[in-house]
Amino acid sequence: MSDTTIPGTSGSPGTPRARHARHAKSPAQPARDPRSPKGPGPQDAKPAGLWSDAWHDLRRRPLFIASAVLICVILLMAAVPQLFTSVDPYDAAGCRLGDARQAPSSGHWFGTDSQGCDTFARTVYGTRVSLLVGLSATLVTTLVGGLLGLVAGFRGGWPDALLSRVAEIFFAVPSVLGALLILAVFRTGTMWTVMLALAMLAWPMTFRIMRAAVITAKGQDYVIAARALGASGGRLMFRHILPNSIASVIVVATVNLGVFIAAEAGLSFLGVGVQSPSISWGLMIADARPRFLEAASPLLFPAAFLSLTVLAFIMLGDAVRDALDPKLR
Amino acid sequence: MGRYLIRRLLQAIPVLLGATLLIYAVVFALPGDPVASMFGEKRMDEDIVNIIREQYHLNDPFIVQYWHYISGVFQGNFGRTFAGVEVSEIIAGKFQVTLNLAFTALVMEAVIGVGLGLYAALRRGRAQDTLVLASTLVLISIPTLVTGFVLQLLLGVKLKQSTGIEIFPVAGVSDGLRSYLLPAFVLAGTSIAYLTRLTRTNLVETLRADYIRTAVAKGMPRRRVIGRHALRNALIPLVTYLGADLGTLMGGAVITETIFNLPGIGQELFRSVYERQQPVVVGIVTLLVLVYILANLIVDLLYAVLDPRIRYE
Repeated sequence: MSDTTIPGTSGSPGTPRARHARHAKSPAQPARDPRSPKGPGPQDAKPAGLWSDAWHDLRRRPLFIASAVLICVILLMAAVPQLFTSVDPYDAAGCRLGDARQAPSSGHWFGTDSQGCDTFARTVYGTRVSLLVGLSATLVTTLVGGLLGLVAGFRGGWPDALLSRVAEIFFAVPSVLGALLILAVFRTGTMWTVMLALAMLAWPMTFRIMRAAVITAKGQDYVIAARALGASGGRLMFRHILPNSIASVIVVATVNLGVFIAAEAGLSFLGVGVQSPSISWGLMIADARPRFLEAASPLLFPAAFLSLTVLAFIMLGDAVRDALDPKLR
Repeated sequence: MGRYLIRRLLQAIPVLLGATLLIYAVVFALPGDPVASMFGEKRMDEDIVNIIREQYHLNDPFIVQYWHYISGVFQGNFGRTFAGVEVSEIIAGKFQVTLNLAFTALVMEAVIGVGLGLYAALRRGRAQDTLVLASTLVLISIPTLVTGFVLQLLLGVKLKQSTGIEIFPVAGVSDGLRSYLLPAFVLAGTSIAYLTRLTRTNLVETLRADYIRTAVAKGMPRRRVIGRHALRNALIPLVTYLGADLGTLMGGAVITETIFNLPGIGQELFRSVYERQQPVVVGIVTLLVLVYILANLIVDLLYAVLDPRIRYE
């Protein structure tokens, strides 16, 4: 990641980009403060860019370490759930109706649900759907919103006006209800339709942030210098402006990941998301709901996993934002 | 001021048209024939089907249907369901429930969020500040789905079992404001945490400003420095957030409404989608888009009240 701000020694020589990289502040911060352009910091002498600086800073943050460890465990759980439980919840033979709604015990750590299936195994296997939806929706949102924002901010004029109006329209549609509606069009919900519905309504946020960052970066001296040296539009966009405006988009992406995971659970809970026999935390919560007052554990354990996963990504976003935006300290 | 208002309202029209067109197109693409579903298992009578199709312009192309619909909306007519009931009649009561819920949530958000943020900002770097920051982080991370069920169990059911008094009703809206308290808190949870953090960040920044130092130096009482000088100057981003959040709360209320069995627009929309009641679905979303646009406009107008330097041209 850190190589994004290493000055390009080939190509256009003498691009003063690296020295200015530290000034690429997060535009998420309202630009009300006229004193915000900071003078050169004391560390400007060394060539460390924003990214290596941020990484250096991140490694020593307890918040980052905690979230990184948690995320590693969650990723492992999503990739190889067999490591965590020997029960295969997709094998219906493992569920015995006679064992329905048992309290947590040594045989069933989290108890059993209304079908007599092991809640722990189902919860572990549910990680995959949540993470896949979250990651893919984040990827699509960031790519689409980021690219459109880059183009709109850089070109200005009618492409900007058009894209901004379209983004405004999507922004005005209430997100949960809109997603519910989009999902109703596809009769059977799968991971991919959920991803599509979430991404369709979330890209305008990334678009706005990217556009604002690009407009700020566009006016900086190093871009004007590169333009004067004859750099092409594409080179300006991808070599000079993009690396200096992507920080805030990355922060939003990390937070979005947590939000998407929560949204997937919500939509699956409402019955328009992932469908049974797939296993999803939202579905498990919906299944456990009718008997919630007698047997709370089939609902509370997936709920706890869901909250922990969202917490991990929100914490990561927090730590990354603090590292990338020194102004907030 | 008058010209600014007119310009803003004109700017809102393309957003409203675009958003309703988008929703109309999605609803148009919903699978299933609404007229056929009216007959259920019975054999369809060709003549009746044709009359209904004619009446609801179902034989016209998509864009003509949209035109019929949106010109009705601008005249205050949200159309009828296929069973002949006025859509506005169906929505009105449900809308009230969601509006009550969202407003209760918004008030809670403003009071708790600004209060906690102020508390933390004035104790910056101390244990209380860290505690507030940590608890907001946790609050942000717990989805509505989880807080809803957990609080329903703890405060609604267990508390009633142990004290014998029903303090927070767990379902329905029959107890007036009291029945909205718990769902509103659940709905507002994440927003409370965000607003607390936003308040804290903005206040910390404002408290460093020169005019605060001047005010303190000339001997102004602390209460007045914080209230009149710091808080008021930090308020604009907070009001912006609250304004944008009203739409989010109303649109996001469907999960809360489901958990607490509140007959609001979220539940109505849910049912209408499955009954293919296109006019109801589009009507609800159009109303929400209107709320979003109006809330943003009110926020923009409030700026001038909060900061007299801002003038509208």
